[in-house]
Amino acid sequence: MTHHQPDLDTSPKVSDEIRKTTCYMCACRCGINVHLRDGKVSYIEGNRDHPVNRGVLCAKGSAGIMQINAPSRLRAPLRRVGPRGSGAFEEISWEEALQSVTDILAPIRKDSPDKLAFFTGRDQSQSFTSLFAQSFGTPNYAAHGGFCSVNMAAAGIYTMGGAFWEFGQPDWERTKLFMIFGVAEDHDSNPIKIGLGRLKERGAKVIGVNPIRSGYNAVADEWVGITPGTDGLFILSMIHCLLKAGKIDLDYLMRYTNAPILVNCDDKSPEGGLFLRDDDDKMMVLDKATGKPAPFDAPGVRADMAGTYRHAGATYRPVFQLLAERYLDDQYAPEAVAERCGIDADRIRRIAAELALTAFEEEIVVDQPWTDFRGVKLDKMIGRPVSFHAMRGISAHSNGFQTCRALHVLQILLGSVEVPGGFRFKPPYPKPVEAHPKPHSTVTRDGPLNGPHLGFVRGPDDLALKEDGSPARIDKAFTWENPMSAHGLMHMVISNAHAGDPYPVEALFMYMANMSWNSSMNSGEVMKMLTDKDDDGNYVIPNIIYSDAYASEMVAYADIVLPDTTYLERHDCISLLDRPICEAEAMADSIRWPVIEPDRDVRGFQSVLIDLGARLGLPAFVNEDGSQKYKDYADYMVNHERRPGVGPLAGFRGNGEGKGRGAPNPEQLERYIENGGFWIDHVPEAGLYYKPWNKDYQDWAVERGIYDAPQPYLFSLYVEPMRKFQLAAEGHGKRQPPDHLRDQIKTTLDPLPIWYPPFEESRVDTDEYDLHALTQRPMAMYHSWGSQNAWLRQIHGHNPLYVPGAVWKKHGFKEGDWARVSSANGSITVPVALMEGLNANTVWTWNAIGKRKGAWALDEDAPEANRGFLLNHLISELLPARGDGMRWSNSDPVTGQAAWFDLRVRIEKADAPSEAQPAFPALKSPVPKAPDELKVGEA
Amino acid sequence: MTLLPEKTDAKLGLVIDLDTCVGCHACVVSCKGWNTQGYGVPLSDQDPYGGDPSGTFLNRVHAYEVMRPDGQAQTTHFPKSCLHCEDAPCVTVCPTGASYKRQEDGIVLVNESACIGCGLCAWACPYGARELDQAAGVMKKCTLCVDRIYNDNLPEVDRVPSCVRTCPAGARHFGDLGDPDSDVSKLVEARGGIDLMPEQGTKPVNKYLPPRPKDQPLEEIDILAPLLEPVAEDARGFIGWLDKALEKL
Repeated sequence: MTHHQPDLDTSPKVSDEIRKTTCYMCACRCGINVHLRDGKVSYIEGNRDHPVNRGVLCAKGSAGIMQINAPSRLRAPLRRVGPRGSGAFEEISWEEALQSVTDILAPIRKDSPDKLAFFTGRDQSQSFTSLFAQSFGTPNYAAHGGFCSVNMAAAGIYTMGGAFWEFGQPDWERTKLFMIFGVAEDHDSNPIKIGLGRLKERGAKVIGVNPIRSGYNAVADEWVGITPGTDGLFILSMIHCLLKAGKIDLDYLMRYTNAPILVNCDDKSPEGGLFLRDDDDKMMVLDKATGKPAPFDAPGVRADMAGTYRHAGATYRPVFQLLAERYLDDQYAPEAVAERCGIDADRIRRIAAELALTAFEEEIVVDQPWTDFRGVKLDKMIGRPVSFHAMRGISAHSNGFQTCRALHVLQILLGSVEVPGGFRFKPPYPKPVEAHPKPHSTVTRDGPLNGPHLGFVRGPDDLALKEDGSPARIDKAFTWENPMSAHGLMHMVISNAHAGDPYPVEALFMYMANMSWNSSMNSGEVMKMLTDKDDDGNYVIPNIIYSDAYASEMVAYADIVLPDTTYLERHDCISLLDRPICEAEAMADSIRWPVIEPDRDVRGFQSVLIDLGARLGLPAFVNEDGSQKYKDYADYMVNHERRPGVGPLAGFRGNGEGKGRGAPNPEQLERYIENGGFWIDHVPEAGLYYKPWNKDYQDWAVERGIYDAPQPYLFSLYVEPMRKFQLAAEGHGKRQPPDHLRDQIKTTLDPLPIWYPPFEESRVDTDEYDLHALTQRPMAMYHSWGSQNAWLRQIHGHNPLYVPGAVWKKHGFKEGDWARVSSANGSITVPVALMEGLNANTVWTWNAIGKRKGAWALDEDAPEANRGFLLNHLISELLPARGDGMRWSNSDPVTGQAAWFDLRVRIEKADAPSEAQPAFPALKSPVPKAPDELKVGEA
Repeated sequence: MTLLPEKTDAKLGLVIDLDTCVGCHACVVSCKGWNTQGYGVPLSDQDPYGGDPSGTFLNRVHAYEVMRPDGQAQTTHFPKSCLHCEDAPCVTVCPTGASYKRQEDGIVLVNESACIGCGLCAWACPYGARELDQAAGVMKKCTLCVDRIYNDNLPEVDRVPSCVRTCPAGARHFGDLGDPDSDVSKLVEARGGIDLMPEQGTKPVNKYLPPRPKDQPLEEIDILAPLLEPVAEDARGFIGWLDKALEKL
């Protein structure tokens, strides 16, 4: 037979049409090209023009077609007909559903709006859902930040007016040394992968700090397998080394940080630890020329960081001296922390030296003149090419806020924030605390809340407390337990509502938050709380309303289910008022629009809220005559104005040319669609770095509606608001914490970063619970959503507990074995697997792969529901009781962030059970059985 | 028996960078998405929501953890698809001529209308790169997106395999490995690209770039040590240093 080949059409038609919208397979918000054939989605690829993903797309994004085909999609509004938690529902009409919800909510609003707890999960419309809650009048609103990464966000904003991910990014094109701490592999997924690829191409060094060597840490040039919860200590030790060697950027610290600001060092004074301020409340520095205090920004003042000032019996010293004194102490010497961190002292020293080498011996100079906020003209931009990124791994600890602060202080000491090669903010950041709202929680019967719920407290006066000092919010955010809880504490809502602590609620209204399963600590107990009845046989939490697009575990616990659309069937705006998609070089926002129409009786949740808002007569949702203000969410996106000329979408305003500011443009959405679903506007060249202090940037930001006036500020090595809480705990001031919290506040609200052991460690016997237990999310799954996706579940269908070599050997584990894993809160029995690239005292598993039987339209024999498991059962939302009758939240004492990763466990070999334990009865599925075979794309 | 062309005009293939691949599976799913609606029959999935889901994929990513001689564990992500071998045993074993290697570019394809689903080719392939679609009963394999790379209906920049277009880390490269001046050939040269299992004698066209050495030993400490030389003995001395250092600014 001779070589023979058939004729082949290598130029087939690809599709009928491409519609460009925004992905929602995770929180990354990439641009996608959705190909349609015969009106159906045929293929999804990345949008090359899009600032977030520049054409690439991850596994989740490419599997979007299986999400919109998923048999788990809810089909119509549901009303519960069986006991709560059984999954027995009847389908009802939208009119019935909306009327039922109105009948629940209207009396609540009339009498006591705070009896509604409205919490949204991985909501990408928080500036809108919060408006609903504010207009309703309940203080009980937040999204999922409290159980995600609020420590990272809040520490960043309090320290430097911005944080990682949505708020900032490494200067990928210029950085030479990149350190990545504790990053779940799905966070900022494509940008980090694109960035790592660029670093590899340029030969820049990547150091991964993570107890687990998978994903990004597997490709890192160096892996630091740190012991969980000790990152702060490692970082402070590097700070110790750098300070000791004088390897810090003094010029940068003088100009751009509060390092030279004078602090009252009189311990006894009610002003002790506060800044010296003039009559205009300006922070003061010691003027080198006069030896007297002067406002930090007075022209010609040269601050003396080496001097001290005495006045009226008090000594005032610059922040920098307090900082140096603290970290030069030998308690932070590498030898002192090495064992605790699980990192050799030599190695800590060498990494610190590498940071110094790269920052100071390899500085970058960019010939770009710019003007600073003091009016000083500079002819170039000096770069310190070391950059950092971190996420939940360092923040989801009870010492997470201070750890995140430590990392930012390290960045700042190196002079590597907002400089070429360093870490850069993305508009609308930088944005100092002063430019953020304070929390609001004043309830008026039949009226709206007195302002936005979430914000940044400046001191005790801003806490969300009632007149009697009790918490105003159901989650106890902004209370003495966790004063700076900028994102609320979603993980406490159900537990507190069930306990009636601080008060009971009438209705729990949630959106895309799988709280009866993987999004709660202590999932089994949460199920009991959701179904618990009082002596009269009524549910303790009387009404539960839930919106989700899919048959998640939480659906079964709702009384009324409002079925949402999938992401390709809806309008959305990825707004600058919320969590935008900007890049360091540009401001940008984007939309989703219905590239296909739903084939079920479902509605976008935001449009449903607009309808409900009108039915309830909420001021933001009705016109003066009481008629419905916005037809639907698309109408809101175009016509809502937060401030005159500033709305949810910044692009194509007014006549279509408006950037950031301008009247509503009725053709705005068409213009977004024509432009590929997004809008982008670049920062001028002279404003690309030094943004917090750069006049060119600040003026541009004002023009674009990001600020209404320039907002230059100093970075806070020392966070004065924290000191105000300490002062209260020391007995100063009118608003006083309860006695049982004084010590905690004094210790943990330190205005300079500290490290303390995670709380759980101090409450349990660490000889008994000798291991740390963690979860990570795989790159190909987004929390609970992945398993309903027929393609993604073939990649991650079950999750063993990964065990390090020595522990594996000690217990005599073999492949296929199972282990009982116990914590102070409970035990689970699960499959184990060996992993050597793992901190020697740590076990871990993939998060949210385990599923409850009957959920997500999976068969009951699905591996996710039999071998898959959750660590959540081992973690309590409360710390182990210590006999004081108090409910101590398992959260960071500064922000209330859920301390997921404080978990301590012990493991032992177990006989293989028939399925992972604990097992729960199957839920009755609200959707029909899934097909046995798929042939996607069949002609 | 099916014959291979004596010589191909080009050797189109992939260069996969194992130093950069983070194991995200983007290429796996993008490949599935494109090819289930592209060349030939769909890539079916059996029991897709059940106890033993299994579908046809043309590209899969494996992860291997090895203990290095220095005692450290190293995970390498290893994407694997057809390597479009020059001496492709899957072609020569084909009893019907369905498997063939294209003369113009060296791509190995299956002519599905001639495939009887006997599975000999999958058995002959030492890489496990072919999968028999359980719904259609025909053999599926990487086509190097032959319906993309020459497709006039796509913008020129998109005429690359879908796995290459989608790879977030830029770990996948496409080009003519028969042309020593091509970008991919130069990359293979620069990075010491290797053949997978050369002892099999299949002469794979695809190349892998090996992981760079990681966790270099601590010897550098000596070079770096002077950087951390203390500026002073104690806190007083430190303030003295600070004073002087500030003067110099």
